[in-house]
Amino acid sequence: MDLFIAIFTGTIIAATPLIFAALGELVVEKSGVLNLGIEGMMLIGAAFAFWAVIAGLPMPVAIIAGALGGAAASLLFGVLALTFLTNQYAAGLALAIFGSGVSAFLGRNFGSAPIDALDRMSIPFLSDIPVVGPMFFRFDPMVYFAIVMFFVISWFLYRTKGGLILRTIGESPETAHAIGYPVIRIRYLAVLFGGLMAGLAGAYLSVAYTPLWVENMTAGKGWISLALVVFATWRPLRVLLGAWLFGGMTILQLQGQALGIAVPSELLSALPYLATIVVLVIISQNRQMLALHFPASLAKPFRPAT
Amino acid sequence: MAAPVIATVLTLVVGSLLFATLGYDPLVTLQAFFIAPLNSLNGLSEWLLKASPLILIACGLAVGFRANVWNIGAEGQLIVGAIAACGVGLFYPNPESPILLPLMFLAGACGGMAWAAIPAFLRARMNTNEILVTLMLTYIATLLLSWLVHGPWRDPAGFNYPQTALLSAAAMFEPFDYAYRLNASVFITVVAVFLMWLFTDRSFLGYKMSVSGAAPLAARYAGFRESSAVWIGLLAGGAAAGVAGMAEVAGPLGQLSPQISPGYGFAAIIVAFIGRLNAFGIVLGGLLMSLLFLGGEAVQMNLGLSAALTRIFQGILLFFLLAADFFIFYRLRRIPEHA
Repeated sequence: MDLFIAIFTGTIIAATPLIFAALGELVVEKSGVLNLGIEGMMLIGAAFAFWAVIAGLPMPVAIIAGALGGAAASLLFGVLALTFLTNQYAAGLALAIFGSGVSAFLGRNFGSAPIDALDRMSIPFLSDIPVVGPMFFRFDPMVYFAIVMFFVISWFLYRTKGGLILRTIGESPETAHAIGYPVIRIRYLAVLFGGLMAGLAGAYLSVAYTPLWVENMTAGKGWISLALVVFATWRPLRVLLGAWLFGGMTILQLQGQALGIAVPSELLSALPYLATIVVLVIISQNRQMLALHFPASLAKPFRPAT
Repeated sequence: MAAPVIATVLTLVVGSLLFATLGYDPLVTLQAFFIAPLNSLNGLSEWLLKASPLILIACGLAVGFRANVWNIGAEGQLIVGAIAACGVGLFYPNPESPILLPLMFLAGACGGMAWAAIPAFLRARMNTNEILVTLMLTYIATLLLSWLVHGPWRDPAGFNYPQTALLSAAAMFEPFDYAYRLNASVFITVVAVFLMWLFTDRSFLGYKMSVSGAAPLAARYAGFRESSAVWIGLLAGGAAAGVAGMAEVAGPLGQLSPQISPGYGFAAIIVAFIGRLNAFGIVLGGLLMSLLFLGGEAVQMNLGLSAALTRIFQGILLFFLLAADFFIFYRLRRIPEHA
């Protein structure tokens, strides 16, 4: 039972950064913009948050600093992709490389000492219930915040006028522009939101998940988040389920390594990456499903006619 | 051709500002970053040694990029090429054989192509996005290399260091001069640049691939198959990266260790773009990128700055390049307010 609870809670925690990053990217892609630079924004967010903690700032400020770091990085992408109409693949890649450089540069003096991780909450009464308490009511606040963000984003995209406008822009910016919506401005907001969320994801990694500075600590989680959006066929609930699936994979392979299963640890470490490929292949088979929710203008530069 | 020059100049400007904010004299630092590394014969040898894999890989990748085939995993293909080549070098029965080096060359190319064939098959047959697959395979290749050098291929006489035994002399390119590391593998790159130019500028197949990239609908109407563009694009990149990996292991490295590339596979993507996806541009882009690597190492050693600066400069350079295009493709003009 204890092992089950450990795997369950580990899964939820490992999924949290993926939920933040992938939900953010979902909103960006729903507006018709493809930002491949999640990995870079996460790394910058991680460095900013860790920096703030070392500087003695309180934890909430550190997490906000991480989010703002991610947003600032996303702005670089936004200017290139939205104002300068560059190829979005190339701009996103540039951001990924730039972000990893900035993060490593900021982190050069962070040392190797661990910091005090984000505290877990014990929700009164509920956390004392046997089994259910430790399973659901003893996480750090960011875990719950990620779930809240899922509800907020689902509600926004499908139940508000703003969400409808955003999705319209993603399907046909020409139409949205003709009706009179500020396409570029709304896409900027979407990109900034994606940056905030990726920054949060990075902050979560460096101050809660592994409260220790390791260069390139995202280890591909930004790219996996991108894959999650495809896997989810651009629907929020599936992003959530996908993140838990990958979180579970991460934890199972860690447990496997801890138990000393007679398989090379590298093979276990490779499982999340292999799983990403397998899942992508399965999803791509169903072209109809992909086409149904795919934002039709994704990654196509748009310039309003004057 | 103006955009790459403008981007380089702007990168230098931002670089000086960055150095100034960090409290270093910008002129001294720029000199240490971009000029001092080339001040000696050894520096020039290192410059070409590092430019060679960058140019080679970028040539292969550009073939795919022209057709909108996004192979982002050249780093992984380089690693697998190096593993395959080193495997041949270590286990071929006759370590003095003159055919050893050509065999390793083939093994490197095949290793890289095999690793690139996975995303090619998945994209052509299964409609799977090649960007994510090539990237995931890069992480897997890194783990494969780590497993080999920690496990089955670890040198028994290597004091438990995670590395293979050194390759025999016949399994390595001979340096032009033993005082420096530059070796004959640069000629492979020269040939690759020529082949790339022939393919993109002088062959019908290359033309078809450019059409697939620039106007997919027109290409389909003309009967050019998208799947062949995918296969050729990915295999060209894979072969080039695999050979670059072989040249590393049979050149400056001489053995495998957990980290065999300072990110050549990723930097080559930028080189391809700076070079405008054309052969001669890529040569210039590769020389510039190689200088960024050398400069990063030099300021780390001499001024105690972080080598991560190299990646920052790479990112900034690509940012400026992309932005400069805008001013070349579009002309800005002032619009009178609500005329």
